[in-house]
Amino acid sequence: MKRILVCVKRVIDFNVRVRVKPDGSGVVTDGVKLSLNPFDEIALEEALRIKERGEAQEVVAVTIGPADCQQQLRTALAMGADRAIHVVHDGGVEPLTAARAFLQIIGREQPFLVLLGKQAIDDDNNQTGQMLAALWQRPQATFASKLELAGTTACVTREVDAGLETLEVDLPAVVTADLRLNEPRYVKLPDIMKAKKKPLDSVSLADLGVVPGARVRTVRTEPPAQRQRGIMVKDCGELVAELRKRGVL
Amino acid sequence: MAKVLVVAEHDGAKLNAGTAKCVRCALGLEGAEITVAVFAADGAAVAAEAAGLTGVARVLRVDRPENAHALAAVLAPQVAQLAAPFSHVFGPSTTFGKDLMPRVAALLDAPQLSDVMAVESASRFRRPTYAGNAIVTVEVEAGLKIVATVRTASFEATPAGGAAAVESVAVNVPLPAHTRFAGVSAAKSDRPDLQSATRVVSGGRALGSAENFKLIYGLADRLGAAVGASRAAVDAGFAASDLQVGQTGKIIAPELYVAIGISGAIQHLTGIKDARTIVAINKDAEAPIFEVADVGLVGDLFAIVPELEKLLTA
Ligand SMILES: Cc1cc2nc3c(=O)[nH]c(=O)nc-3n(C[C@H](O)[C@H](O)[C@H](O)COP(=O)(O)OP(=O)(O)OC[C@H]3O[C@@H](n4cnc5c(N)ncnc54)[C@H](O)[C@@H]3O)c2cc1C
Ligand SMILES: Nc1ncnc2c1ncn2[C@@H]1O[C@H](COP(=O)(O)O)[C@@H](O)[C@H]1O
Repeated sequence: MKRILVCVKRVIDFNVRVRVKPDGSGVVTDGVKLSLNPFDEIALEEALRIKERGEAQEVVAVTIGPADCQQQLRTALAMGADRAIHVVHDGGVEPLTAARAFLQIIGREQPFLVLLGKQAIDDDNNQTGQMLAALWQRPQATFASKLELAGTTACVTREVDAGLETLEVDLPAVVTADLRLNEPRYVKLPDIMKAKKKPLDSVSLADLGVVPGARVRTVRTEPPAQRQRGIMVKDCGELVAELRKRGVL
Repeated sequence: MAKVLVVAEHDGAKLNAGTAKCVRCALGLEGAEITVAVFAADGAAVAAEAAGLTGVARVLRVDRPENAHALAAVLAPQVAQLAAPFSHVFGPSTTFGKDLMPRVAALLDAPQLSDVMAVESASRFRRPTYAGNAIVTVEVEAGLKIVATVRTASFEATPAGGAAAVESVAVNVPLPAHTRFAGVSAAKSDRPDLQSATRVVSGGRALGSAENFKLIYGLADRLGAAVGASRAAVDAGFAASDLQVGQTGKIIAPELYVAIGISGAIQHLTGIKDARTIVAINKDAEAPIFEVADVGLVGDLFAIVPELEKLLTA
């Protein structure tokens, strides 16, 4: 079966104004809206489109997280994933641990393509896809804005600092999604009902033989230095004069 | 004592400014001994430039035809091989470094710290999370090799003026052929580069069309500035994707940043927090961009920008 594996992470919704706890122990998560990482939604959407074109037969979504992140896996199923795998783990995992767990899932599922988001917008690490590709010893195409399959290879356009780069990679491969790869579909109510009946398997990191690393400890969390609100000018003349005065023109 | 390997970013002919910023970051480690590695098909010019960076002790030049294009899958095993005697391996937090360094870290079984913005000790660093809304101080377990990408907007480039020795080294590791470079389309322009420019003029959704976006180019040219754009402007096709400024675009720290018709979404502000002077032009006095702007002007950009251009020409 031609299968695509998509890694989806639950994060604080991108619309939430994240606040640091006063005691510096982390960010406020109580009562805060949680969603699928936006880049992962894009990765999933791409997998669904590939399947809809007939270039894959099954889309499997996988997440690593605590028991209650099944809700986001149900969202992935409602979007159109055929099955979901929940790697149950309380607390965060380091990217290398996540990559190790995904490698084990790959061993079981044998996908020809693994899609991830380019970064999770909580820790902003931007590491997991690259690490997974290294451990799997397969190609990686990060920051993808276009993905075309052609038999045993894929052609991927990447958003790099210099412009748009195109890579040709042999399959299987790891591709990480950038914002402009596609626009994810909205989930409709009947899909949510259907998703309840789709298979969702749970495993633990231990079942996968993965020992979570805790090699990077967060000592302190602080709000960023705030910029001061500046002055308002009333016209172009004042603006130019002000900038000259400040020595920036 | 910290032994730091900095992976150079370059285009085959010239060093990218990010490399000198990595060196500056590495100099923040006590007693750092800094080696720059240049992977290229022919790295003579780039290695010479790297050798001239103040603070660099040694340059390792690895020439292989496979290194003609920076492919992470091809470079990572070479970097990992060279990294053996080093305590730290740094690369810039550009698309080059973000692509490559995690692959290196996985091969080394080392943790990676992304977007390092400050050095507190050889094992303690600060980095942004949540689009810059929470700054974390992280401590890496003692005795581990540390791989990191350096947030280039947080460090000044180390100046030229050094004279390190360049050594050609052979790295004999098998390289994969499963990943092939097929091309790059870069909008060639004579304007300053967005990431290193001292002045940047950016346009947002308010410009309304690619045609209107030329207003931004006009003003930028007047100021000798690079051009940037919000995601909304890029998504709408007004500007090329490599001009996007923000959390998922470029993080920049120019002397002057002019935001025109940009609301100031958190993801955009993340990219400009370190700019020295931020100017905002927006018709909505309540736009969040004004909360961070040093100088704000409320009004219609289609009237203001042409007038500004005139004033700056006069
Ligand atoms: C995961 C994620 C990552 C993102 N990454 C980025 C990123 O890297 N960079 C980025 O920019 N965005 C990013 N965004 C998008 C961001 O949230 C905003 O949607 C985007 O920045 C809005 O762009 P804008 O300010 O141009 O458009 P708008 O928010 O629509 O603002 C347009 C502004 O123009 C003003 N205006 C309208 N007409 C005129 C006129 N005639 N004269 C003057 N002013 C006028 C309006 O008052 C308004 O303030 C990201 C979003 C997500 C979810
Ligand atoms: N705990 C997780 N569960 C599922 N996917 C994850 C997890 N952590 C990381 N990923 C995937 O890896 C991508 C990059 O994450 P990161 O390296 O943490 O920025 C995310 O967009 C997800 O696709």
